[in-house]
Amino acid sequence: MREIDVGLVTEAVAKLCQDANFITEPDLTKALKDALEKEESPTAKEILKEILENNEIADKEKMPQCQDTGLAVVFLEVGQDVHFTGGGLNDAVNEGVRKGYGEGYLRKSAVEHPLRRVNTKDNTPAIIHTDIVPGDKVRIRFAPKGGGSENMSTVTMLTPAHGYEGVKKFVIDWMKKAGANPCPPTVVSVAMGGTFEQTALLAKKALFRKIGSKAEDEINARLEEELLEEINKLGIGPQGVGGRTTALAVFVDSFPCHLASLPVAINVQCHQARHKEAVI
Amino acid sequence: MAIVKLTTPLKTEDTEKLKIGDKVLISGEIYTARDLAHKQLLELIDAGEKAPFNIEGSVIYYVGPAPSKPGQVINSCGPTTSYRMDPYTGRMLELGAKAFIGKGNRSPEVIEDLKKYKAVYLAATGGAAALIAKAVKGNETIAFEELGAEAIRRLKVEDFPATVVNDINGNDLYQEGMQQYARGEYAK
Repeated sequence: MREIDVGLVTEAVAKLCQDANFITEPDLTKALKDALEKEESPTAKEILKEILENNEIADKEKMPQCQDTGLAVVFLEVGQDVHFTGGGLNDAVNEGVRKGYGEGYLRKSAVEHPLRRVNTKDNTPAIIHTDIVPGDKVRIRFAPKGGGSENMSTVTMLTPAHGYEGVKKFVIDWMKKAGANPCPPTVVSVAMGGTFEQTALLAKKALFRKIGSKAEDEINARLEEELLEEINKLGIGPQGVGGRTTALAVFVDSFPCHLASLPVAINVQCHQARHKEAVI
Repeated sequence: MAIVKLTTPLKTEDTEKLKIGDKVLISGEIYTARDLAHKQLLELIDAGEKAPFNIEGSVIYYVGPAPSKPGQVINSCGPTTSYRMDPYTGRMLELGAKAFIGKGNRSPEVIEDLKKYKAVYLAATGGAAALIAKAVKGNETIAFEELGAEAIRRLKVEDFPATVVNDINGNDLYQEGMQQYARGEYAK
């Protein structure tokens, strides 16, 4: 049994809020530079250069890469031997978000009700997903999820008859319709299986993967490769102005599902693809 | 791809020479407004009250900036997605607005209205928000302060960079660009 004061969770979350919004992951910088190399459109090249320059400014001056510093999405993996003290875990996470978004001068983008829409003024509540796992550590994965990319995401219930080609077609048609809106070049995650809610959750989790990584399952890996190629053939390009790179990566995950169902979720990340993690 | 310097307020002689794909550098004053601000602004005007700024010739920037740090003119302030403001854009054009800055495509109705009123739609680079902040030299909240990030602000800008997406002739960079680069193979 390991005792952990929830204050440690608050501190970790507060730091993750800021790191995620100021510091670009190396795999993303490499992917953007590779895209710039490959790009033929002069307008698209300009845009990729602006993004790379922007990310340097953000890191150096502690300004968020994008003004949409997102809703705070937090995945907690809590070791089953952990005993939290000093208060409620979810409260501690929210306090961390309050602190991180306040001290970091990050935008407060949460409204208390989808229809009344009064700003909560401190970017809480966080969207918290908790899994209990073996061990005595607490792994915190944080993703500030902006509205633009999230608004281009979807869950649908395909049928078993749709199959591999049906899933492919659905994703490509969807990304074509999304066009410039999710701030390409995007990172696209596709989850298949589970249930209506499980598939969406899996798609969101997949966004934490490193760009350049492959799915373990052979059919998922093949789908990743083919989708990336097909999405880039759409020619939507950086910020939709036309170009070679519309998506930087596609991540596919899957889970067992009902014999009558083929749930599919697409969660889109913009070119900032922000995510950071910490372990207590 | 031409680079065109523009100074606000804009007139038709400014907008009619712009072609899709051109880069513009805007100097002068632009006004920020997004979802709630548009709704409340139009409600205000419909109630017979005076608008908080001169809409005639104005450039409207769809943005909700991050809060400013002490001593900062403005924090990161890139564009928000424009299609959400489509329902309000016809009215803004009627009231004389001459350019809108955002990102993402506009509806066919908005593109028609831009033609009708000889106004343009420009895209700023989404996610280049810290870089864009460098072009802002002055920042004053002029209406709906209680909306926080969604308030109407008057921004003084110098060479604010944007790309022409819809010109006054109904052309669309998002369509033309995509058609040009959609093919079976990469060139290299």
